[in-house]
Amino acid sequence: MEKLLQIEKLETEFTKDKQALKILHGVNFHINKGEVLGLVGESGSGKSLTSLSIMKLFKGTSGEISGGRIQFNDQDLTNISESDMRKIRGKQIAMIFQEPMTSLNPVMKIGEQLLEPIRLHLGLKEKQAKAHAVSILKKVGIPRAEEIINEFPHQLSGGMRQRIMIAMAISCNPQLLIADEPTTALDVTIQAQILDLMKQLQQKENMSVLLITHDLGVVAEMCDRVVVMYAGRVVEEADVFELFESPKHPYTKGLIGSVPKLGQKKEKLDSIKGNVPDPSNLPKGCKFAPRCNNVMPICYQEEPPDLKLENGRSCSCWLYKEERGDICV
Amino acid sequence: MLQYIIKRILEMIPILFIVSILIFFFTHLIPGDPARLVAGKDATLEEVTIIRAELGLDKPIWEQYGSYMNHLFHGNLGTSLKTGLPVMDLFVDRFMPSIYLTLFSMVWALVIGLLIGTLSAVFKNKWPDYFGMVTAVSGISLPGFWLGLILIQIFSVQLGWFPTGGAEGWKSYVLPSITLGAGIMSMLARFTRSSLLETLKADFIRTGRAKGLKESVVIPKHALRNSLIPVVTIAGLQFGFLLGGSVVVETVFSFPGMGRLLIDSIAFRDYPVIQAELLLFSLEFILVNLLVDILYSFLNPKIRYVA
Repeated sequence: MEKLLQIEKLETEFTKDKQALKILHGVNFHINKGEVLGLVGESGSGKSLTSLSIMKLFKGTSGEISGGRIQFNDQDLTNISESDMRKIRGKQIAMIFQEPMTSLNPVMKIGEQLLEPIRLHLGLKEKQAKAHAVSILKKVGIPRAEEIINEFPHQLSGGMRQRIMIAMAISCNPQLLIADEPTTALDVTIQAQILDLMKQLQQKENMSVLLITHDLGVVAEMCDRVVVMYAGRVVEEADVFELFESPKHPYTKGLIGSVPKLGQKKEKLDSIKGNVPDPSNLPKGCKFAPRCNNVMPICYQEEPPDLKLENGRSCSCWLYKEERGDICV
Repeated sequence: MLQYIIKRILEMIPILFIVSILIFFFTHLIPGDPARLVAGKDATLEEVTIIRAELGLDKPIWEQYGSYMNHLFHGNLGTSLKTGLPVMDLFVDRFMPSIYLTLFSMVWALVIGLLIGTLSAVFKNKWPDYFGMVTAVSGISLPGFWLGLILIQIFSVQLGWFPTGGAEGWKSYVLPSITLGAGIMSMLARFTRSSLLETLKADFIRTGRAKGLKESVVIPKHALRNSLIPVVTIAGLQFGFLLGGSVVVETVFSFPGMGRLLIDSIAFRDYPVIQAELLLFSLEFILVNLLVDILYSFLNPKIRYVA
């Protein structure tokens, strides 16, 4: 399969009081063309920051990429200019966000907001651009699209607004759609509709999707492959079936174990003890060691290498060091 | 919208009626006797009594109010006790200069205030921000009489570019407008800055950037309009106050405006002038408020007025 996006040793940091605080510590993964990749992890694991790094959306923050590469088609996004990056944003890589209620400008009509990327990237004339906007709205299942374009965001429900966000994102036929927790803020029935819509559009347009979520149910339903992140690192990467079938990393096992199962009677749900470590005070060695059920002495000493396992899987854990000796760094 | 405006204008009638009562009675509560002031220091008690009867001040207060309202409904604002001239004549020369002075001050304060505020927010903690905020703090801190005198010294006395006072031609408005607008400009700059900084954190700003829009589109089109509500509120209030005239600036520039007229009338207990002027200010204030409310609905589509 052809790779669309390849991230290698990506490091992103913020600066506060002249002190650099590294949040992403060498993130590695890739997305193939036409594939849905799930990016999973707890809050604070660096999922969203990875997506913002791909888009280089750091304006107004002190964030910057301090190392690594982001290869998109034949360009390395880490060293292209801001004006070249603007041509990619919204055109080749589009993004939808978690909060549909606040992600649309409250004082601009829907049509006006939808027309912005269409005018900017497709260079259509006013009439054609409008027709294109209406057809995109119909594509994402918005009824009475011709009227909606003259309405304001507050006149629409959360689900409708997320459809508008999706319409805006796909309006210029992007190759990659980044969806940062697109259904977290929606109620369950609407969640299912939005996920269905995304899946359907992804298949129709053969678009690649990077789906960021902490909901393993969403992952199982939507994704082809999954990348699990912890404390700014990728700890496991696997095909979606294999990941649920036989999770390798103790963290992944914990995540999957904490999902309640149908027909199972339990007083208390399983959970991973402890909290995500503070990025300014990370433990030595494996960052998950203090919370791990399979912890060994070496885990506190040295950070585990990224181990390549069978079927293109990888896992960063000392447990598998014996199993596969060939270390890939 | 039109229906709403008509409704608001009709609502002004009872408000102005209540205001007229308050103005009338509070004016008469000011200690001091206009009859004695008209008669002069050396007048005898009889002379004062005669003058008081002539002015109608000997009648019961509710009767005085009745005849005041009666005149008002006939478009007669009364006669000045001090000058014996109709109040209307006193206003004719002063009203328009005051309006012009207010408008000029407001317009430049708004334009420059918004500009400084926006640049300060966009370049937060960089030199345009420092420069802008130092300007703003100076504008608020410098007392009007001092700034006015300095401007006269430099631009009138030394350079001779503008007249030192009066209200003859546009040149005579320049220095008073600068003096009067400085504080307002500074306030607007600070409000614009803080409001814009808040808006720039919003999710929809990130959406705009994720679309590939330039900052030169994101800031004015997406951020600024969403930041203007508090700015419009402050600008409206200041506009209302300015319409009342500014005693300090009018005094420094010997400007024939409404502010000085009011102060002079209060000193002389010139009831008809005080009452007419206060009523006019109330009317202006109510109209400015209406204007602000209409502006709100243009700035935020969630605000929709129903009649």
